[in-house]
Amino acid sequence: MSASTLRHAAFVLRGNPVTALAAAGALALLLVAVFADWLAPYDPVASNVANALRPPSAAHWAGTDQLGRDILSRLIHAARMDLAIAFAAVSLSFLVGAVVGAVCGYLGGMTDRVVGRVVDVLMAFPLFVLAMALVAALGNHVQNIVIATAFINLPFYIRFARAEVNVRRNLGWVEAARASGEPHLSLVLRFLLPNVLPAMAVQISLNLGWAILNAAGLSFIGLGITPPTPEWGIMVAEGARFITAGHWWLVAFPGLALMLSVLCFNLLGDGLRDILDPRMRT
Amino acid sequence: MSEPLLSVENLHVRFATRGGEVHAVRGVSLHLAAGETLGVVGESGSGKSVTAYAITHLLDRAGRIAEGRIRFAGRDITRAGRQELRDLRGAAISMVFQNPRAALNPIRRVGDQIADALRAHRDLGRRAARARALELLEAVRIRDAAARLDAYPHELSGGMCQRVMIAMAIACAPRLLIADEPTTGLDVTTQKTVMELLSALIAERGMAMMLITHDLGLAAQYCRRVAVMEQGRVVEEGPTAALFRAPRHPYTRRLVAASPTRHSTVADLVGEAPAPAAPPPAPRRGEGPLLEVQGLCRSFGRVLAVDGVSFRLAPGESLGLVGESGSGKTTLSRMICRLLDASAGRILFEGEDIGAIPARRFHRAPQRRDIQIVFQDPNDSINPRFTAFQAIAHPLRRLEGLGEGPALRARVEAAAARCGLPLELLDRFPHQLSGGQKARVGIARAIATRPRLLVLDEPTAALDVSVQAVVLKLLDDLRRQDGMAYLFVSHDLNVVRMMCERTIVLRLGRIEEEGPSQAIFAAPRSDYARELLAAIPHFAPDEQEATA
Repeated sequence: MSASTLRHAAFVLRGNPVTALAAAGALALLLVAVFADWLAPYDPVASNVANALRPPSAAHWAGTDQLGRDILSRLIHAARMDLAIAFAAVSLSFLVGAVVGAVCGYLGGMTDRVVGRVVDVLMAFPLFVLAMALVAALGNHVQNIVIATAFINLPFYIRFARAEVNVRRNLGWVEAARASGEPHLSLVLRFLLPNVLPAMAVQISLNLGWAILNAAGLSFIGLGITPPTPEWGIMVAEGARFITAGHWWLVAFPGLALMLSVLCFNLLGDGLRDILDPRMRT
Repeated sequence: MSEPLLSVENLHVRFATRGGEVHAVRGVSLHLAAGETLGVVGESGSGKSVTAYAITHLLDRAGRIAEGRIRFAGRDITRAGRQELRDLRGAAISMVFQNPRAALNPIRRVGDQIADALRAHRDLGRRAARARALELLEAVRIRDAAARLDAYPHELSGGMCQRVMIAMAIACAPRLLIADEPTTGLDVTTQKTVMELLSALIAERGMAMMLITHDLGLAAQYCRRVAVMEQGRVVEEGPTAALFRAPRHPYTRRLVAASPTRHSTVADLVGEAPAPAAPPPAPRRGEGPLLEVQGLCRSFGRVLAVDGVSFRLAPGESLGLVGESGSGKTTLSRMICRLLDASAGRILFEGEDIGAIPARRFHRAPQRRDIQIVFQDPNDSINPRFTAFQAIAHPLRRLEGLGEGPALRARVEAAAARCGLPLELLDRFPHQLSGGQKARVGIARAIATRPRLLVLDEPTAALDVSVQAVVLKLLDDLRRQDGMAYLFVSHDLNVVRMMCERTIVLRLGRIEEEGPSQAIFAAPRSDYARELLAAIPHFAPDEQEATA
């Protein structure tokens, strides 16, 4: 990032405080996830039945759950779990998808058509159901949630990278690189991919939110992460039983955390698009 | 003198951008009488288009008229309201834009679009509007107008799209027509017909025209008066012939000198003598031609882009390849560069059939460093993530295996210095360089490996005339000193005449005419070459009065 990019980013942020707020929110979320051990006031899995189902108070800011566990501490640790899953899944699908898509976009022809049709078939499935099936088939492990989430994100990255590379492959500087003797694979990886990276950053940010929702959704229906591991989806699922009894805080806080984090990443994605291409702002 | 039709007084336009406020127009005053033709000439960034947009209130939201007055037919329209503008646009002032294909709505039939323009200002029924649209298409001399009425823009050629735009512009009989680079991007022969149509319509209907162009030849031929703009100011204004014959302002003088005429040489353009020629290097193998192309063909689907082209190029020779869009000149140049495979035919480089090596494997061929290319648009010919140094170093690393170190640096700096690129610019990224500087980086990269054949694909088409002059001089000197052979692809016949000893005229993928450049220009044998030559808006300030 050069100085002028930073200046431009500052200019856009000044005119677009929502993006600045979203960036701050995303950063805060990251810090919370990284420093969860220090930030959480209690042990997230230590139960204390005598202290169960207490509403928010000075000692327990977000109240306690049916086993007397501190909800705030669980939220903080869950942030780490959910973000880790989302980041891992998105990085995986980005790495694979960008390379596959870029190679297809560069080569064109038969490879491109075959991969394109496979992607079309993938996208024709209801993606969440596909993820459920994958986790069910692979087994209830955190890494399987990551794989499933990465897999259903893959088609978007392939398509995106393919389209971006395709419009660039006949530009002067790409032909110049060929005339300078650059081998094809390194032309794709070292020339084309870095140039489509900024555009893909938008996709990555938007996808992070989606991946968080996806991981939470899978745990909500009982796939993937198992209790008592703190995770937002599980917390919502467990708390739902108590909502009719008026214990709203069991569901409200994890739901809120989920909503805010997804919102942050989505807004950040929109903002990134503005920073990278001011013409796309309307 | 009576009140002029349009008078612009001390106009200032400012744009709010992320880099602060840009003062694009700085005190422009222009006057245009009814029925007059005024040319506004200048290079990119001179503020000529912004002035036109300010007059028609088409500035985008970041721009505003900061100062000054615009009067039209005795009315002050500087701060015209929405209703007033509706009445004004189209009915009183209308505009013809550059790139007609983009200015037309791609999903509506052109007849409907003309009818829309009519019905915006007149109370016309559907049928009456359609009938009137047909009359207009006939007025702009579109062949088979009744059938074209139901055509979509993509079914029409660029020239026809521009005629449709002109039909829309004159639909409501405006008194002033502003034409913003109306023929840029069109072929010369199309340019000629479009410009002749415009001037005939204007004369017929007594309209005034403001022609905004970067082409002095065009302004000289079609305008009675000319205003020269530089950096947001009008630096000189006057009757066309007198102004170009004896320009007073130094900028006008530079511009006039840099514009190629029928007789100018490269040295004339910049006012410097050519570099002394070095004797051409001995061919590496035998005495044959450097390049020989035999029956080269290339088809895309069912279209034959290049159809059996054969020619020879001697070492150190400069061969021009001219033709209009669709003539196959770019396809031909890509095949010779081995970036594209031929469908049939042979490409012999120093006697070796390099056409037999597939283009996708040619990057490993030993001839790769001997055949290099300079691309058309300097803006997209450098990797945005490379500094100028990295761009020039790239072929040296790949083709000569030079690693990071003083040897590489010395070679890059030598190439940059030969191209007149200041060494302190080597650490900059493309977006920090001007168009002319980027062009120099592109040339330095191409000559870095000391190729024996340099293919130049419209190397100056995207440059302003004054930059073009300097770049042409640079290329001419490089060839004299290094004895490289040039294959110079261009649509600009004057440039080819100056740069090349021999010229090939291409049309629809075939060679129409071939011979020494001077001979082709003095006495073209083929009808097509004659037509092409006649279509150039000749800029000849010394010769005769403009015909306007």
